[in-house]
Amino acid sequence: MAITGMGIISAIGNNVAENYDALYHEKSGITRIDNIETIQRDAIMVGEIKFTDAQLVKKLNLPSSNNYSRTAMLGVIAAKEALFNAGITDLNTYSTGLVSATSVGGMDMTEKYYYQYLTEPETQKYIESHHGGDSTEKIAEQLGIKESFVTTISTACSSAANAILLGARLIQSGKLDRVLVGGTDCLSKFTINGFKTLMILSDTYNTPFDDNRKGLNLGEAAAFLVLESEAVIKAENKPVLAYIKGYGNANDAHHQTASSEFGDGATLAMQKALAVADLKPSDIDYINVHGTATANNDLSEGRAILRVFDTAVPPFSSTKAYTGHTLAAAGAIEAVYSILSLQNNVIFPNLNFKTPMKEFYLEPETKLVERELNIVMSNSFGFGGNCSTLIFSKEA
Amino acid sequence: MKEVYINGIAAISAQKTFDGSFLENIEDYQNTLLIAQHPDYKEFIPPAAARRMAAGIKMGIAASKIAMKEADVEMLDAIITGTGLGCVIDSEKFVSAMIDNKEEYLTPTSFIQSTHNTVAGQIALGLECKAYNFTYVHSAISFESALGDGQLQIASGEASTILVGGVEELGPHTVAIHRTIDHIKTEPISIAEVLNSETKGAVFSEGANFFVLSDHKGKNCYAKLMDVVTYNTIAKERLIPIIENFLDRNHTHISQIDVVVLGYNGDQEFDDGYRMLSNGIFKNIQQVFYKHLVGEHNTVSAFGLWLASKILKTKTIPESVKINDIENTEPRMVLCYNQYRGKNHSLILLKKC
Repeated sequence: MAITGMGIISAIGNNVAENYDALYHEKSGITRIDNIETIQRDAIMVGEIKFTDAQLVKKLNLPSSNNYSRTAMLGVIAAKEALFNAGITDLNTYSTGLVSATSVGGMDMTEKYYYQYLTEPETQKYIESHHGGDSTEKIAEQLGIKESFVTTISTACSSAANAILLGARLIQSGKLDRVLVGGTDCLSKFTINGFKTLMILSDTYNTPFDDNRKGLNLGEAAAFLVLESEAVIKAENKPVLAYIKGYGNANDAHHQTASSEFGDGATLAMQKALAVADLKPSDIDYINVHGTATANNDLSEGRAILRVFDTAVPPFSSTKAYTGHTLAAAGAIEAVYSILSLQNNVIFPNLNFKTPMKEFYLEPETKLVERELNIVMSNSFGFGGNCSTLIFSKEA
Repeated sequence: MKEVYINGIAAISAQKTFDGSFLENIEDYQNTLLIAQHPDYKEFIPPAAARRMAAGIKMGIAASKIAMKEADVEMLDAIITGTGLGCVIDSEKFVSAMIDNKEEYLTPTSFIQSTHNTVAGQIALGLECKAYNFTYVHSAISFESALGDGQLQIASGEASTILVGGVEELGPHTVAIHRTIDHIKTEPISIAEVLNSETKGAVFSEGANFFVLSDHKGKNCYAKLMDVVTYNTIAKERLIPIIENFLDRNHTHISQIDVVVLGYNGDQEFDDGYRMLSNGIFKNIQQVFYKHLVGEHNTVSAFGLWLASKILKTKTIPESVKINDIENTEPRMVLCYNQYRGKNHSLILLKKC
């Protein structure tokens, strides 16, 4: 399945070029939070996009009567870049779908106007921005997607990886000629306080796969890929950025929020993806790991990687020290980063790593590595036991 | 391409449907909100676990177990759910506590259970099922997205037994705010008045509808799923050509459809589309509807599929769902059409198995 376009906005850049520049020059986007008033301000660090909502409204030229959540606005920015990058101007030439992913949806507006909704009519336009499908509907509208397959996936932190997986299957089965896939999630007080109660937020810069890791930094982002069928690529003589070679989805079936001790679901997801791609573990040149920097994830994921790759673990790194954990968008932004790795033959460093974990000897790449890469794996895991793995390749 | 069979079904709704009966005794309502008739959850969930679960999780688990028992399956190759609004009860608890207590004294339980994929995750956990697990959250086509995913996997041979379902619960704040924007009717309405209602909004409700899809015809088979398709938008003048195209691609003509299941919800602003079809291309076909009995929610179209499945299997059509007088004693093909507030349209085609 060919990827012909991509778009992204995250704490380290407002488009693909800016994100690549930050990744390459080791510029992290982790800061104190500015756009949300929260008592947790001094207790947490976040990967925040520094535009205010008002600036985003202006950037998108939305009328003042608009009812866009921040999730929707970020999604529109990334989706538009992806479409532009794919050189698509007319959406009606081919059957085009949209599969987005979100976990927060319009929670930013819901938590802002929760009680006002009951009494203040001017806030009520946002009531319908809350549900998971709203940001996707807005993206479809902004892009001019009509009479089409448009849906939304929410499987917590693996959501966007699953949107990409579904898109690949829709193209493969011939149900669609072309599909935009990705995800979007904004920061919200809801997720900040929710993760705080779970005691998995770090009070400083997150340090994936480090023995002294203190938890994750939440982030906000959106990213989209354009997938097109072989027939379209041929007919339009289109350049291809990379290919989706394999995908795997499995459930850990262990606990609502925690990963199993030995990463059963993660192991299965990686194995399934390798099977779909018809590849051996030794074919993988690099893994962009989920690596949230929580005690639980990194241990469970590390053990799963050892189960799959045994003594020959390929180079790996987590890019969450750059962006924070962007929840439902994570699978999509890391797909963009995996493609950038393939295109530029670079492994982005796992920032902030110092001490290997006691339980095993696994050391992520800590410096930028330039080397020929042909096949890259990307992991995304989430609450509800959802585990997904994608494999990207340079060649078909 | 493999055929897709519906081998087990379950509905928890405002009517007593969880016991497998077929709308024999209709509960007459006069309300703006319908609460589900719940089964005894002790039969499905250990009481200690059930106490921590909101209505949606309980309905989802119970409906999944009923459908799996009917299909006589114990393990699944995929669990795929749809929910438009997700776990609103726990979301409301967490948001209101966060606001009321100014972000202090919060506990994680309601946050953990507020995630949209909680129901699918809990079903997997209960079965220790490590297979494919997905949740769609796209308003009125959340369930159809799940159904289409299941169909794709069975048709392609990726999976042979799949659980798909839709679930929606009512949260008090969600109801209150939807009243302020007239998505819920202001005045109570009886089930007999819904079809010709002249007021805005719908009667909101809760429920869970689950199905077991298989690549082979089980002994309890209800129907063959021929196709399911969704459209984010359809302009009024495009509705008929789109339906004809859909039938066309399934090598079917409108005259071969025996029953149509329509999503009328009594909202005078948005029932026009259905009416145009009722008086137009579906004029000579037996028409049925169901939202007057079970209310409106984001995955209630799955109840429409339950109704269609029951009709095909039992060859009976309860009086309470009939729209017109056209009779059909041997239904072979049923078409379901739904939309909510003029958006997110879906078509499902079923054939007798």
